[in-house]
Amino acid sequence: MPTQLQPLAQPAPRQGTRRTAVGLKNVSRSYGGPGVPAVQALAGVSLRADSDELLAVVGPSGCGKSTLLELICGLQAPDEGSIACAPAALMPQHDLLLPWLNAIDNAGLALRIAGLSRSEARRRAAPLFAELGLEGFQRADPRELSGGMRQRVAFLRTLLSGKPVLCLDEPFGALDAITRAEMQEWLALALAREPRTVVLVTHDVEEACVLADRIAVLSRRPGRVIEELGVELPRPRARTDLELIALRELALTALARGSAGEPA
Amino acid sequence: MSSPLGPARPRYRATGRGRPVALLAPVLLVAVLLGAWEAYVDAGSTSAFVLPAPHSVAVALWENAGLLAANLQPTAVEVGLGILLALGLGFLLAVAIHMSPGLRRGVYPLAIGSQAVPIAVIAPLLVFWWGFGVFPKLFVIVLICFFPVLVTTVDGLAAVDPDQLKLLRTLEASRWQAFRFAELPAALPAAISGARIALTVGVIGAYIAESQTATVGTYAGLGHEINADLTALQTPRAYAAAVVLFAFAIACFYALALAERRLAPWAVGPRREAR
Repeated sequence: MPTQLQPLAQPAPRQGTRRTAVGLKNVSRSYGGPGVPAVQALAGVSLRADSDELLAVVGPSGCGKSTLLELICGLQAPDEGSIACAPAALMPQHDLLLPWLNAIDNAGLALRIAGLSRSEARRRAAPLFAELGLEGFQRADPRELSGGMRQRVAFLRTLLSGKPVLCLDEPFGALDAITRAEMQEWLALALAREPRTVVLVTHDVEEACVLADRIAVLSRRPGRVIEELGVELPRPRARTDLELIALRELALTALARGSAGEPA
Repeated sequence: MSSPLGPARPRYRATGRGRPVALLAPVLLVAVLLGAWEAYVDAGSTSAFVLPAPHSVAVALWENAGLLAANLQPTAVEVGLGILLALGLGFLLAVAIHMSPGLRRGVYPLAIGSQAVPIAVIAPLLVFWWGFGVFPKLFVIVLICFFPVLVTTVDGLAAVDPDQLKLLRTLEASRWQAFRFAELPAALPAAISGARIALTVGVIGAYIAESQTATVGTYAGLGHEINADLTALQTPRAYAAAVVLFAFAIACFYALALAERRLAPWAVGPRREAR
């Protein structure tokens, strides 16, 4: 059974008519309550992702990246600014597979919630489950799966929600370097097969360079966009590609500026 | 389970199935206890009416096997039905309390207070309502047994991972679906623990119920039998009946442990492999 994805014979058209799938204008968000000093997570963030584009958001830890995703998914409302966004599904930082469901039932959770029966949800999830390298693990308990496999199932669960926008919160942050590289490759192929608009939050600049069409660098808290980089490199991308290395340095420099707290 | 190379790591799990060694410890313990008991009685410390020797209890058990079996039947029915009702009531109340803070404030103190009500106070009323049949006994058992299920289930429902609930919210789950896919399965192991406690106190609950509410019929239950034997100074037979209750409680407990493997396998064995 294919544990590796075959690239599509004809890559999905990435150019052409483009619509904005995610648009944030001057969005600010603070936390705090009576008696608690307010913490500003985001300050005047403007971002845009076109449909079927992968926007990577990189930033130092605690820069409000997770807040950003929750805003896009409608789990929170901004204090200021406006958000115009196609329906978005969140893949949380920890896979959050439900231990009482097997792998394919976890993948098809959104279908169950949409009202399908268990067998119908399994039937619908099965083709992608097999294509994305999970064949044979349908009935596995989440705790029997490796970290990489768990992330695949969690991604599939997000994909099967049917939302046009996927928000991935450090999806490979907890994986070892080799598995992470494998999973990045896997994600690129999965998106080539099932194109979606993706907002990928990561602290790994290289990951952003390998996967993204566009990179937004956030400053440390309160998060602001201090750099936006378009990535025009052809795919599949090699980490050792000189242009990619140059891009990575550019992003790292911006990140260093943002971490130092340079005023925008 | 066993490979030709022997176990890869020491087995600490005391499942005991198919392992004579696991049975050895309880058998030894029981033997020691029985021996001490026998020696104590042989030393003439007490009267046989107060404490019969184990061998005379064994004889009483053997000679009265038919009588005891006939009396176990109504008691087992009371415990079985009572526990089922108590599980249902405890569980439903727990869900209601979990869903509604108002109910929590209103019902929880009453449920706690219900545990302090001496059965003798309400027994005449129960008999007045339902007579000498099984219903007054069921009421008493339910009253005693619903509480551990209620408390453990309420705690289990509250202990659900909030991130799982948030995930379900992003997938647009309804309140009912959040309950169905996250809270209910998360609470199930705790609810089953409560059921185990309920089961064991249910057996003594049946004794209390039979003591407090009279029964018509030849075989009125083990609790009734124990009281009659004690009054008639048939102490060995009372002990024999108590032994049957003892064994019945243990059997029920382990039957439920088996059910737990079926109902909530994610809460039982560590099956973690590649991670």
